[in-house]
Amino acid sequence: MSVEPRPAVLADLRTEPLSVDEVVSAVAHPGAGGTSVFIGTVRDEADGRAVTLLEYEAYPTMARAEMRKIAEEIAGELPDVRLAVTHRVGSLRVGDLAIVCAASAPHRGEAFRACRLLIDRIKERVPIWKREHGPDGPYWVGWQDARCSSHEGHHHEHDAEAHVHGK
Amino acid sequence: MIRVLAFAGARDAIGTAELDLALDGPTTARALLARLCAAHPRLAPYASSIRLAVNGTYAAWDDPVADGDEVAIIPPVAGG
Repeated sequence: MSVEPRPAVLADLRTEPLSVDEVVSAVAHPGAGGTSVFIGTVRDEADGRAVTLLEYEAYPTMARAEMRKIAEEIAGELPDVRLAVTHRVGSLRVGDLAIVCAASAPHRGEAFRACRLLIDRIKERVPIWKREHGPDGPYWVGWQDARCSSHEGHHHEHDAEAHVHGK
Repeated sequence: MIRVLAFAGARDAIGTAELDLALDGPTTARALLARLCAAHPRLAPYASSIRLAVNGTYAAWDDPVADGDEVAIIPPVAGG
């Protein structure tokens, strides 16, 4: 696998609207025969609750580092892929782009697979949170479910690679 | 002294985004979370879902925490 340039050519947080072109361009190179893109968008409901506004918050230094780490891991697992991601923070409205991921590879199989791994691991591990605003008031996504009293014996399925719960 | 950062629901539960904490000596991530939950009872019900990061990296529960560290309380993440 190629060691240079670094596989995570772009891994960043943005306070301004995201550009799909920027992320796609970041993984473009002459050996890339396929590029897969995932775009995460704010939608108008979540678990039956109407959503008018989503507020994204990050632990910025760690979020950037963790996104880069994830991209480098995937590049180690799938040779010749390049990955890029930007994640928006701040107040977003319905239809706004929250995240843009792209993966390029010589062939489509690896490109699709790398892009899927990238968004899945970001959702598992990157320290970013969102607060929904709607008729029911503000709500940190996932926080109420995290109360042990409401989920006896429930353990979050954070991946083993996050190696935290010390099983 | 360590600096503790709290995000999202954890910040609401303890009422501040940052606090400084004096340590008696070296401790572990597990012991630190127990101490934070004891000091902030509204955080306690969430303890089993919280992860700690030490200096920007997820900590295992036995990992050491020492003076000068930055420790973040990481509620279940919800990016993407």
